[in-house]
Amino acid sequence: MDYQLVIIGSGPAGMTAGLYASRAMMKTLILDKMGSGGQMLKTHWIDNYPGFVDGVSSAELTEKMLNQAKRFGLEEKYGEVSFIEAVSRKHFRINLVDGNSIDTNAIIITTGAGPKTLNVPGEKEFTGRGVSYCATCDGFFYRGQDIAVVGGGDSAVQEALFLTKFAKKIYLIHRRDRLRATGVVQEMAFKEPKIELVWNTTIEKINGENEVTGITVKNKISGEIKEIALTGVFIYVGIEPYTDFMGDLIKKDSLGFIITDEWMKTSCEGIYAAGDCRAKPLRQIITACGEGATAAYAVEHYLLEL
Amino acid sequence: MASDNVIQLTDSSFDTEVTNFKGVVLVDFWAAWCGPCRAIAPVIEEIATEYSGKAKISKMNVDENQMTPGKFNIRAIPTMILFKDGKVVDQITGAVGKNLIISAIDKAIA
Repeated sequence: MDYQLVIIGSGPAGMTAGLYASRAMMKTLILDKMGSGGQMLKTHWIDNYPGFVDGVSSAELTEKMLNQAKRFGLEEKYGEVSFIEAVSRKHFRINLVDGNSIDTNAIIITTGAGPKTLNVPGEKEFTGRGVSYCATCDGFFYRGQDIAVVGGGDSAVQEALFLTKFAKKIYLIHRRDRLRATGVVQEMAFKEPKIELVWNTTIEKINGENEVTGITVKNKISGEIKEIALTGVFIYVGIEPYTDFMGDLIKKDSLGFIITDEWMKTSCEGIYAAGDCRAKPLRQIITACGEGATAAYAVEHYLLEL
Repeated sequence: MASDNVIQLTDSSFDTEVTNFKGVVLVDFWAAWCGPCRAIAPVIEEIATEYSGKAKISKMNVDENQMTPGKFNIRAIPTMILFKDGKVVDQITGAVGKNLIISAIDKAIA
């Protein structure tokens, strides 16, 4: 056996599971196709992680979480999982895309989730050339320009506020007549002169030739269709879990989120899940961390069982 | 990890290091404030060590260099462009896994 525990995905859930598992003296590997941080790196500043009075940058929080876990012996590897085999009780084989494999007693899945697409014409063609899912990464390239942010949740409104640093004007396009974002965040958006709220509206098409030059929108109530000239569209319409690689080995809900019990146990004995890839009501860094700790604790108990 | 294997490009060194270079060069356009750029940074370093002598692995900070990113119309980062004998052969936008980057390099080398 190579490891007692392999954690797949190095966001806050995975790193916290790694911290708790390493402190419990389990031989643990954290596997990710790239470096640590996960989705939290898509936002620049984090104001709701307890203990940081003035907030903390996602880069700093990532580095601290990883180094803390590594201090207790957590091992790290970059690799992408192809599929997982249940060899026997307490023996899983994780097959990697590069052809190698890793044997482990138990697994915690913390692969998280990624942005949902709008699925409108122009979206795919112009990704990286006007269409973006990461304001922190790409906002810089839209200085003094008119852009749109699509969505009405926390991410959409927070990132619209972030983009006011760069853009001249921001159309916040939402399909409903009220936002879902947290009260304090909504208030800030309403007060921000650069943000224009466009209610009850959907994007029908993203227009351009080599890059985005505008969008075609439809008002859901009046049925009116119009065009807005702009150069960037930032899409924040929810997330979808990275759980396809698990196939039918574990039970998921209709959207692909992994179903667990309160011990983070999945339907397959020896496999646990934590963080955004799990079916649950709230997806925050703090909840991911809590679940990661619980999952590591559950694995510790599981490995002691005969 | 030996980060010396990753060449730090500037607008003024770009032609010498990339345009006029015979062979395969990966250019990773990045910035300090870009979280996903940080996530792929250790992967880029690992690749640089593994491909030492086979491909040139380099980075360009888009905050400090604006001419080259403008020339290649970079509007999203991380963006990785693969050059072979000074010509663009492949482009990857967004943070992707190590395997995807490696297979693009392998294809360019072949």
